[in-house]
Amino acid sequence: MTINRRVFLGTSAALAGSLAAPMIARAQSVPRVVVVGGGSGGATAARYLARDGAGAVDVTLIEPQRIYQTCYFGNLYLGGFFDYDDLAHGYGGLASTYGINVVHDWAVGVDRDAKTVRLASGPSVPYDHLVLSPGIDFVDGSVPGWSVSAQGRMPHAYKGGTQVQLLRAQIEAMPQGGTFAMVAPPNPYRCPPGPYERISMVAHYLRENNPTAKILVVDPKESFSKQALFEEGWDRHYSGMVTRIGPDMGGSSFEVDAEAMTVTIDGVVENVDVCNVIPGQRAGQIAFAADIVDGNWAPVSAYDMTSRIDPAITVLGDAAAQGAMPKSGFSANSQAKVAANAILASLTGSRAFPARYANTCWSLIDTDDGVKVGATYEASDEGIVSVDSFVSQTGEDAETRAATYRESLDWYQAITTDMFV
Amino acid sequence: MSRAGACLAALFLTAMAAPSSPALAQGDPALGETLYRPCRACHMIGDGAVHRVGPHLNGLVARPIGASPGYEFSADLATAGAEGATWTVEALDRFLAGPREYFPGTRMVFRGIRSEADRAHLIAYMQEAGGPADAAIATEELAVDPEVAAITALTADVPYGEYLANECTACHQASGGADIPSIRGLAPSVFVAGMVAYRNGTREHQVMNTVSRRLGDEEIAALAAYFATVD
Repeated sequence: MTINRRVFLGTSAALAGSLAAPMIARAQSVPRVVVVGGGSGGATAARYLARDGAGAVDVTLIEPQRIYQTCYFGNLYLGGFFDYDDLAHGYGGLASTYGINVVHDWAVGVDRDAKTVRLASGPSVPYDHLVLSPGIDFVDGSVPGWSVSAQGRMPHAYKGGTQVQLLRAQIEAMPQGGTFAMVAPPNPYRCPPGPYERISMVAHYLRENNPTAKILVVDPKESFSKQALFEEGWDRHYSGMVTRIGPDMGGSSFEVDAEAMTVTIDGVVENVDVCNVIPGQRAGQIAFAADIVDGNWAPVSAYDMTSRIDPAITVLGDAAAQGAMPKSGFSANSQAKVAANAILASLTGSRAFPARYANTCWSLIDTDDGVKVGATYEASDEGIVSVDSFVSQTGEDAETRAATYRESLDWYQAITTDMFV
Repeated sequence: MSRAGACLAALFLTAMAAPSSPALAQGDPALGETLYRPCRACHMIGDGAVHRVGPHLNGLVARPIGASPGYEFSADLATAGAEGATWTVEALDRFLAGPREYFPGTRMVFRGIRSEADRAHLIAYMQEAGGPADAAIATEELAVDPEVAAITALTADVPYGEYLANECTACHQASGGADIPSIRGLAPSVFVAGMVAYRNGTREHQVMNTVSRRLGDEEIAALAAYFATVD
């Protein structure tokens, strides 16, 4: 069926955008690209497809949330360095400036033979090319004792939004000298330094407001991103506050109890006041519904991010198994630009350029103490491979760290502009 | 009066009115040389100095603001120079204290030096190493680096540059940030000089060094040509 256009129009801005665009151009003489997921991968892809396609493709973005809350910088909100409202971004500009059909609905199924996406509200949206950028879901049972139904008491706070607000409220309500616990995720997962930046930001908050409180990290991994930098920072700024229990100390043999608010490690029961459970992760549900996954993730070609299972589908960001790039907003944004160029070339005959990717992940350890890690990447038959890389050094001077932090603030403005404005 | 002109007028009024700084402290050029180290990434000074990312600083004191042949200045500085403003010691001191407070449109990525004494040391060094205003004339002939000139002279593939630029816009906003500058509308010679300096490591920044190391001459030329076309 053909969907009534009004079903698509989520906002008044979207309505204005569609009226401003010539309806004839939408009469399906041009190829249709449907993008599922309006985060760093999907919003960027939609914007670049519409901007560079300049009317040669019809772009629809399906995203259930009217307001996108970035996951990145959510930790800075926990630490008191960033306002919650500044994490929010709307889709009005994508509709009004670029004429993208923004549909606020859940995509619940993909019929790959008919080339349609089914919406939760019932109708199906036809596509010539489909972009899936759904982010992550959690692996059931990855944390013994925890399920999504426990997220009200033991929040994951790992998809942005109200879960992050809840975690902040729980930290504020901790008794003096209480215990904040985190169950860190196994590899691979979204934002490799994210859990450890979060530890830093919680420690910052507690040092200022609850200095006798303790932080307990249960970690199933031997090592983690920027480990030397974080451990140096925790020693310097939060001496004695953070205890991390790795797999050698029982960090891979634990369970949680959300009712009792306990974490049991190697049989030893710890009472905790806050428990942030970041479970094991997999591609967002729509990738499974489309049946383009191998294990937990959707394998893609490194040359253009198309699915190795269905070349009419592109997978971006966290959901993709692409090789060496970390699962990050920066990576998703980088992949989206390569993919948009490739999709436009295949649908309209425009010029195709070789894939080249980049990523930088910044983390804040304490006030004006920022660190970064990053790399450039290229495509190979086996997957995306790293060309060159860098990481902040231990023992750097204060001005270097402060400049790194300030640059991360500029990056935040730049990437959200690159996605939405 | 332009914004820059208004800033300058305000500056001189402030300087005259402020009793605490009627005369600037005498600086020590030896201490200034150490303070100059981070400046060297962009500004050459002394024998053989040529324009890099920033203009060379020979003969800076008493030189007109925003006017050195072979270098394309931001509109704010060029306007100030066209209105007759020169780099007096007082003007330099104010600029170094907070470049963007003085000239909001400056492309110089530097937050400034808080210590009045350090600013005096730095200015003393620049006067000693860069010589008097006449010295500027002697180096104008050399004002473009040959590697930069060779890349700038390549025939640029602008559509390729536009594609490559997508990598830049993840961090560089069109309007510029407080610390990551806008790179739109840069003169090709300035853009190429910056990328060459990052690529060969004379200008240090972990992200930019890594990004530039995989760029060939043709790619730098394509990027420079693209960014010159957009505002």
